[in-house]
Amino acid sequence: MSETTNIPNRVSVREVHIPQAPPPLSTVGVIGWLRQNLFSSPLNAVLTILSFYLLYTVLPPLIDWVFLTSVWTGDSNQDCKGIEGACWAIIPNRFGQFIYGFYPEAERWRVNLTFVLFCLNLLPVLSDRIPGRAYAAVFIVAIFPIIAYVLMYGAFGLPIVPTNQWGGLTLTLVLASVAILFSLPLGILLALGRRSEMPIIRTICIAFIELWRAVPLITVLFMASFMLPLFAPEGVNFNELMRALIGFTMFSSAYMAEVVRGGLQALPKGQNEAAQALGLNYWQSMRLIILPQALKIVIPGIVNTFIGLFKDTALVSIIGLFDLLLVAKSSVTDVKWLGLEHEAYIFVAALYFVFCFSMSRYSLWLERKLDTGNR
Amino acid sequence: MSEKINEVRAPSASELSDEPVIQINGMNKWFGQFHVLRDIDLTVYRGERVVICGPSGSGKSTLIRCINRLEEHQQGSIIVDEIELTDDLKQIDSVRREVGMVFQHFNLFPHLTVLENCTLAPIWVRKTPKAETEEIAMEYLTRVKIPEQAEKYPGQLSGGQQQRVAIARALCMRPKIMLFDEPTSALDPEMIKEVLDVMVDLADTGMTMLVVTHEMGFARQVAHRVIFMDDGQIVEQNEPKEFFSNPQSDRTKLFLSQILAH
Repeated sequence: MSETTNIPNRVSVREVHIPQAPPPLSTVGVIGWLRQNLFSSPLNAVLTILSFYLLYTVLPPLIDWVFLTSVWTGDSNQDCKGIEGACWAIIPNRFGQFIYGFYPEAERWRVNLTFVLFCLNLLPVLSDRIPGRAYAAVFIVAIFPIIAYVLMYGAFGLPIVPTNQWGGLTLTLVLASVAILFSLPLGILLALGRRSEMPIIRTICIAFIELWRAVPLITVLFMASFMLPLFAPEGVNFNELMRALIGFTMFSSAYMAEVVRGGLQALPKGQNEAAQALGLNYWQSMRLIILPQALKIVIPGIVNTFIGLFKDTALVSIIGLFDLLLVAKSSVTDVKWLGLEHEAYIFVAALYFVFCFSMSRYSLWLERKLDTGNR
Repeated sequence: MSEKINEVRAPSASELSDEPVIQINGMNKWFGQFHVLRDIDLTVYRGERVVICGPSGSGKSTLIRCINRLEEHQQGSIIVDEIELTDDLKQIDSVRREVGMVFQHFNLFPHLTVLENCTLAPIWVRKTPKAETEEIAMEYLTRVKIPEQAEKYPGQLSGGQQQRVAIARALCMRPKIMLFDEPTSALDPEMIKEVLDVMVDLADTGMTMLVVTHEMGFARQVAHRVIFMDDGQIVEQNEPKEFFSNPQSDRTKLFLSQILAH
């Protein structure tokens, strides 16, 4: 031992404390950012230059088409004759149909009112700044659908607007929001049921989930639309939209159940044990301990399912419901607007994007907010 | 740790009450084919502090987890505070209300603040008003010496602090019995002392404690009885002084020589 301690550098005592120094210039600031993100290796440098070239060739003509040489007003495609750019005139002209479908113009205030009320109800569910989140969540699932039904379908003196007149964005939002709002609680119950220790409940949940997941959504819609009436007793006629809604909700709740189950399984067993050891019963520990954590883990998966669901509502056009996409499709078969597929579909795509992107951003915000810094 | 432990309070059996609070008779448990607890007979008296030690896999954790029914036993009987543990969920819940537990990995609820961790069970299980539970919680957080962390989340605390919160959380239910399942095994060495100190303080209040641990210093200092388990059986039990200075069975001697060797 004593010999080795004589070898230099094996024994040392630091006498001067080293203070923090700024990082080298090449790693911070604009130059640092460029180096790290755009030119970090020869391959990346080539890809960066290639990307810039691509943008250079695509962007100017696109901007030209969309903004510079486009026409924004007019009464038919005749007003766009000889124009190179987009003929956006179709959008303001057909705006009513894009949004409301064939909902009578005089009654459209009912749709608007329903939408405003829905947003007012949704706000406290989404934000924690407004008190009463739990009540709002129960209300939006249990009470609001009745209000929406009365307002949009008609009752108590409001003239009835049959659902085959509903269409456009309105129909898309009705389908998406009903399926989203009901599939989450249903999916949670199914996920809990699938992990239940009671064999009958577990078997029923597994059968339900596997059955709905094994069938394509289109088949579900076809079944709901064409097969169900065959089996239904004489005289009983489910509303077409209602059948689509039920099909959608069942289908998405099966997916939701599996997403939630993923979250439940990701939780360490100790959480449940700690809840039990404190004397919390099953529903208390699920509600207070397990689900808040499990759902937080699977926010990306839940929102993924929601977004998928939102876009899948476009499939109802195959059973003849006039959702946003079908309205767009039919509007360009009008002689007045022939040949304007690009404009109509781009507008529809933009609407879809607004809703889906908002959901995506909300989920990111929620994830950040709920992050309490545990492992 | 050492100064405090050397003063050896040597708790004597005479200060104990003769009122049994846990009675385990002829208890057997299997994990599948594996006979994990064999013919366990154990009576713990009110105010008694029992340390359970033994090699890993000897069934000591499973034993104390049976006492609050985190594990189900298959034969024999367990009576806790005059309530027998059966399939009856109500009885299980009322036992759990009286028995606090501290886990090796703390198992704090990461989505709740320290204070909320402590008040949750009193609010929902004991139905105590919120303001009152917060007062109680702050009292116990003060006793485990971290009142200033009340508004933080568990993820922001060190391991030792988390374990002290876990002890406070269990105490907020005002349990009659405390179970500790290797409370210091997951801690960095420099944090073990702060947790043991809290446990020693708790022992001073006369709490009935069952502690699974390898901290033999702690056993010497506070335990009335040390139980050595191996292969699912209680091999030897004695008061600490005798247990360490004069172990009887060869298995105990071997175990002690291995853990006290360095």
